[in-house]
Amino acid sequence: MTAVVSPAAAVEPPPPVARNWSRSRIAGHVLVGLWFLLGVLLVVYLVTAWNPELFQRYAPTYASGLGVTLTLVVISTVLGALLSIPVAAGRMSRNPVIGAIAYSYVYFFRGTPLLAQTFLIYYGLGSFRPQLEAVGLWTFFREAWYCAILAFTLNTAAYQAEILRGAIESVGKGQWEGAASLGLTRWQTLRKVVLPQALIVALRPYGNELILMIKGSAIVAIITVYDLMGVTRLAFSRSFDFQTYIWAALLYLALVESLRHATEWIERRITRHLKR
Amino acid sequence: MQSMLTLISWGPDGWLDDIAYGVFITISLAAATLPVGLAIGFFVALAKQSDEPSLRLAGNIYTTIFRGLPELLTLFLVYYGVQIGLQSLVQLADPTATVEVNSFVSGMVALGVVFSSYASEVFLSAFRAIPRGQYEGGYAIGLTSFQTMRLVVLPQLVRIALPGLANLWLILLKDTALVSAIGLSDILRQTGIAARVTREPFLFFGLACLIYLVLAIISSFGIHAVERSVSRSEAKR
Repeated sequence: MTAVVSPAAAVEPPPPVARNWSRSRIAGHVLVGLWFLLGVLLVVYLVTAWNPELFQRYAPTYASGLGVTLTLVVISTVLGALLSIPVAAGRMSRNPVIGAIAYSYVYFFRGTPLLAQTFLIYYGLGSFRPQLEAVGLWTFFREAWYCAILAFTLNTAAYQAEILRGAIESVGKGQWEGAASLGLTRWQTLRKVVLPQALIVALRPYGNELILMIKGSAIVAIITVYDLMGVTRLAFSRSFDFQTYIWAALLYLALVESLRHATEWIERRITRHLKR
Repeated sequence: MQSMLTLISWGPDGWLDDIAYGVFITISLAAATLPVGLAIGFFVALAKQSDEPSLRLAGNIYTTIFRGLPELLTLFLVYYGVQIGLQSLVQLADPTATVEVNSFVSGMVALGVVFSSYASEVFLSAFRAIPRGQYEGGYAIGLTSFQTMRLVVLPQLVRIALPGLANLWLILLKDTALVSAIGLSDILRQTGIAARVTREPFLFFGLACLIYLVLAIISSFGIHAVERSVSRSEAKR
């Protein structure tokens, strides 16, 4: 290819356009300067407010809080993914009764705040203590931790069911018909033809849902679970040092950003065959 | 059964009047946040679709920060951060003074920045859906860039962005529940008080969930009405 030099390559490229100081360029530099100033102020604040005693006392609790947050998110996302399969199947079912039940489930959990759902399970089910004790479930519902997992699982199952349904329905009808004409059963079609295409569509929403779960998990601090937010509130109420919140913010930001970049990397990797 | 009906009745024995006040607070908080969030989100989207790299960078930093932080943490950062900041400023002048930050305003600011960072993404993708020719056509007939934006681009932008913004409104309505953590008497806090006093938590938290559901249903009717009125101006094909 290099042997053929096109005459166009020999022509000099046009000189770069001189970028003068337009109004938007000045505004952009001022705004970036402000962000930079804010970042410098933050670093200066953290350096001047540096307190080795505080750090030694609370760094281990922050690590355990981060662990609690991650455990909560991972357990409830996995359980939610399992629960979302029957819900999504119900949403796509032709039986109107099953469809209506699945729709109400999804509508309820997507239409009400996660905090209210958590309260309903943690405090609300306390109304049924005698009945729960009778069936031996009270030890489960007494613990804030299990209630949080239950609430988050039910909540994320509703969202994940919609993601799954949307992804499966995004695969064209012709794919089903083509597989049927090849003699594949419905289950084989779903597993070998439809799901591989649907999961590519679903990857980004799943990543977003995971991020929403990490952010949403902060509310369990209100029902006395010591996740990252919970230990931060505890540290702040004991030390009245505002840097406790700043450190939590930095940790959450790092967590969410790395997850977002990981999702984008996976998406680039699994859609390589679609790029030209 | 009778006692439960008394509990959710209006008046001194029932809690309905207190809960109605909570509904009022929730709706006014969401309604006050919406215009602020929309305005900030629009300008951040303008910055992010500009040709100027530094403006894009500034907009992207804004979105990254406020989309990455948990809403509850943003709320606490604003509530305590502004309080501590103002306190130390005021105490420079008068060492005995104390500052109390309004939790309604803190909630509005925190929810507003979160809403605007999501709204800026919705506006950005709407901007990208509007072809370059629309701007060029506007300039060709002698409109200034402000006029082009207001008369040509904005009406189309609203139509494209509306479904995304409607979704964000429903999320905002649910996020207002978080302000109960900083002591604002919204639906969840009022029902929580009622639940604690009457020892009927399931009844009252269930009622809270139902109220949020009803608000969501009413909103979706409102959104349909807005969508209809916006799409009326759409060109017939």
